[in-house]
Formats: sequence, C-alpha cells, structure tokens
Amino acid sequence: MNAETLYGLCAASLVGLGLFGSIVDPQPLRKILSFNLLGGGVFLLFGIIARRGAVAGMGADPVPQAMVITGIVVAFSATALAVALVLRLFEATGDATLRSDAPPRPSNDEAGP
Amino acid sequence: MPPTVALSGGGVAGFLLVLAVILPAAGVVLSLAVGRCAERVALVLMPAGIGIALAIIAEVWRSGTPLVYLIGGWAPPLGIALRADGLSAIMLVTTALVICAVGLFARGGFSENVAGRETRKPLVFWTMLMGVWSALNAVWLGADLFNLYVALELLTFSAVPLVCLDGRAETLAAALRYLLFALVGSVLYLLGVALFYGAYGTLDIGLLASRVRPEPVVWIAAALMTAGLLAKTALFPLHLWLPPAHAGAPAAASAVLSALVVKGSFILVLRLWFDVLPGLPGVPAAQALGTLGAAAIVFGSVLALRQARLKLLIAYSTIAQIGYLFLVFPLATGAAAAGIWGSIAWTGGVYQLVSHAVAKAAMFMAAGLIGEALGHDRIAELGGIGRALPVTVFAFGLAGMSLMGLPPSGGFVAKLMLLTASVTEEQWWWAVVILLGGLLAAGYVFRVLAPALAATKTLTLQARVSRRREGAVLALAVCALLLGLLPLRPSQLLQIGRPAALVPAALVPAASAVIVR
Repeated sequence: MNAETLYGLCAASLVGLGLFGSIVDPQPLRKILSFNLLGGGVFLLFGIIARRGAVAGMGADPVPQAMVITGIVVAFSATALAVALVLRLFEATGDATLRSDAPPRPSNDEAGP
Repeated sequence: MPPTVALSGGGVAGFLLVLAVILPAAGVVLSLAVGRCAERVALVLMPAGIGIALAIIAEVWRSGTPLVYLIGGWAPPLGIALRADGLSAIMLVTTALVICAVGLFARGGFSENVAGRETRKPLVFWTMLMGVWSALNAVWLGADLFNLYVALELLTFSAVPLVCLDGRAETLAAALRYLLFALVGSVLYLLGVALFYGAYGTLDIGLLASRVRPEPVVWIAAALMTAGLLAKTALFPLHLWLPPAHAGAPAAASAVLSALVVKGSFILVLRLWFDVLPGLPGVPAAQALGTLGAAAIVFGSVLALRQARLKLLIAYSTIAQIGYLFLVFPLATGAAAAGIWGSIAWTGGVYQLVSHAVAKAAMFMAAGLIGEALGHDRIAELGGIGRALPVTVFAFGLAGMSLMGLPPSGGFVAKLMLLTASVTEEQWWWAVVILLGGLLAAGYVFRVLAPALAATKTLTLQARVSRRREGAVLALAVCALLLGLLPLRPSQLLQIGRPAALVPAALVPAASAVIVR
C-alpha cells in the first residue's frame, strides 16, 4: 500500500466518522465538531489529489491547495457562526440542545417590520 | 469552453456580470462602515441592481450567446469565468425584482427603538439582504464548481442571520438547525467537487462537460453533490429545517428566504445534471429526483392544509412548490432531452422557479402585514381581515392563484407546461401528482381566504398598515399574475447557452448555432 492510498483511506474514514456524528448526534456542539471532522477528511482528500496531480519538478498541484485554503477559511467562519448561535441559544434558554419533538412556532406578536 | 467564445464576450458587456456581483457586496462593506445609513445604501443600490440585471438580459437576448467574463483575463482551466446564459439572466432579473419589492416593503421597518434603545436589527437586515443578493448573483453567474461552492456558502452565511433577526429562542434554534443542515450539505458538495477535480483536473462547467465519462467516480461525485444540495434546497425528506426557519423569520426576511435562497442550491442541481452531465444516461437518478419531488408536493401540501398558523402554512407550501421544480429532471432528461417536449418541460420548470419566487414573496409579505395588523397569525381568527385590509388580502389571493396554477397566472403556465410534457412523454404519473398538488394548494389557499373574507364583526386592528407597503405586496402579486401572459411554448431565451445536445434543432438561436460546447 503506498502513501496516497493510506491517506485516501484516512480521508474516507474521517468523512465517514464526521457524517455519522453530524447525522446521529443530537447535541449541536458535537454536530459542529463532526462537521469539522468531515471537513478535515475533505481537505485531506484535496491534499492527496494535489499530490497525485503534481507535474515534474513540483511537489504538488497548487490548484487543490488553493482550494483547501479557501475551504478552511469557509469552514472556520461556519464554525464560528454556529458556535455563536449555540451561545446565543444558551443565553436565551439556558440550554444548548435542539429538541425536535416540539416544533417551534411563530410568536403571537408578529415581529415583522 | 472554446476561447473564441470567451474572448468575444469579455468586453464592456462582460463587465456587467462583475458589477452584478460586486455592487451588492460593496453595499455590504459600505453599510458596515456607515452603520445607521445601511438602509439608505441598500435603497440606493436597488435601482442600480435592477438596471444591471435588465442590461444583462437585454445583452444576452440581443447576442443570442451567453455573456462571459474571464476574471483577470485568465481563461479556464487556470482562470475562473463568470457566465450568463438565458437561465442566469432570468434569475438575475427575478432576484432584482424580488429584492427591490422586499426593500420597498421593509423600508422604515426594523427601526423601532425598544425602550429608547437602538437595536442592531436594521443594520443586520439591510447588510444581510445585500449579502444574499450578491451571493445569489454569484450563484447564477458562476461557471466553476468551486467558485459556486464559495457563493453557496456566502448565501448560507447571509441567510442564517436573517432567520434569527429578532433573537427569540425559537428562531435561534431554527437558525442553528438550518445552519447545521446547510453545513453538512455544502461539505458533501465540496467532497463531490474534490472527486471531480481529482478525476478530470478541471472544475470549469464547460470543460468538465466535455471530459466526463460514465464511470463510478462521476456517479459518486454527482450523488454526493446532489444529496448535499438537496439538503440545502429542503427537498422532502430533508425539509425539516425549513418550516421553523421560514415561518419564524420576520416577513421581509421570510420572503427572501422562501422565494430566492432555496432556489440558489436548486440551480446548482440543475447545472450539475443539465450542464455538467448532459450526455450521460442518468435516467434512474432523474426518476428518483422526480419521485422525491412528487412526494414533496403531496406531503408539503397536506401538511400545509393542517397548519393553524398562517406563516407555517406558507412555509409548508414552499416545500410543496419546491417539489414541482424537481419534476423537470424526469421530464427533460433521458429520451426526451433533445425533443421539443423536453424543452417545454425545461421551460416550465424555470417558469415555476420564477413564478413561485414572485408569488411566494408576495404571499409572505401579505402574511406579514396581516400578522402585524392583527397582532397574531392564527388562521381560525382571521375573520373580517378582508374588509380591514382589502388590498393585502387581494394580493394574497392573487399569489395563491399562482400557487394553485389557476389561469391566468405564472403558476398556471408553468404547471400546464409540466403537465402537458408529462402526458406527451407518457409519464402520466407525474401529471396525476401535478393535478393533485393543484387541488391541495387550492385547499390551503381557500382555508385562509374563506375566514378572511367572511363578513364577521368589525375588527380592531392593533397597528396601521401603510399604503406603500400594501402597494409593494400588490405590485409583486400582480407580477405573479402577469407572468401568466408568457407564451405557452419553449422559450428561446432559455435555450441560450444550454449544451448543444439538449437544444432541439428548431430552437437553436441563429447567432449561437456556430458555437459547440
């Protein structure tokens, strides 16, 4: 087994773990962590693709590497936004879980413009 | 994409595409800088945005070829192109129209001072509205799968704060659930993008279309991307996040979310199956998407019928109306793809996209006015509102006509085209669903109109509703009606820039006949 296959399998298991966690786990914070795991797997895959697509004289194909950087920025901002929402939710309710049994309903006083 | 085409469109007209994306984005930055004047910035930019969208559609129509702008002058695969075909041009105009109506509706709103304290609500609303606009335009114009990923993420990040503008616990939970769905969706999309790049070394839609072959990696990538995008589009059974998010947001925000934001990811599904993979036999996938769409129509409509709250009813109706969009896949791919009926189904699908956007925005804003005037939105207690707010209820009814598919409305033209295409292509089961969906839609619209128009005791309104805001709602509802005057045949404009394999010979625009993508 060469290094690329090994890292490919790593990426696949990260994606699998992340996907499982983000679907199955009901805790928002753990969902956010799972999303980051999933993202890590995808970024690793981009890294392998960059390595595999390297032309002679270069270590790697720079295009996927550029995409990984953009992807990391996006995933970082997404995580920040999600954590901020969890914190606000905790401030408002004293509880940071999403209960799905009671569907939220619009308030009586329509807060429209 | 052949470089000759790319170069021909890169002039002044091509720069319009950049303006369409950059102008609202500049509005966001400027709003953050000037703070309190965010509303004024947005309102100044809106006419400019409409002008740009109209200029682009005029240029695409005149030249008969897609408008292309190469960023920095670098041609794909190294560079990134912005590309406006017929579909993009129509979506640009629809977006500008809806955003402007929402802006007119929301003007002066959000600025109520709570106990003498200024809130950040107006700043957030207007900046995020500009953000949504910029991101949507980037989605309509993107010609590179990774660029589209970034645009899609910008769209989500702008849309989520709109859901929880008022900061109540329910809306915060709805926004969080929406964000979590959207994040997993977009990371799956990104995984598909990685697989495409690994297999073919490019992400430009045109180049990719010429390189893809029917092999496992393509199916896996396409399946991952489609699944991710469906979660963002809220197609049944991934719709759970939509009703609380869209019903809980303030009316102006709901209008944008329901009318436009869910369409962003839908357009990407269209691009993936019709532009990237046009030559591949995707019949089982198309039938599966159609089946999910049909289930969404029935399920969404039945749930809409059972809601006690007006805004939740409208949100569930969005789920049903999204279902219609997915009937395009079985009707315009496979054997029918290059036939005239395939093109009619394609045109019908896009008309449904536009007419639902306009009608649903009008409906949410009408519901917002009703809720504001009454202080609640319980359907059972709407009695007499028709007399108190005749213009608003009339607009609600007009928008409802489009959702039901009654003539003459945009929804009628769209649904009739899908219906005739399904009958002629001998896929009659979709026709049954379309008709059933129309009946159920009539049910839920009349469930609102019947109490609203009942002559009961005179109501005491909690708040006055300004003529201007009623006017904005009515104008949009009338637009939904006027869309019904569109001719019942495949649109020439919508064929511009489609892969040659999908355009019937009779419809090839004269000027683009030479271009082979």
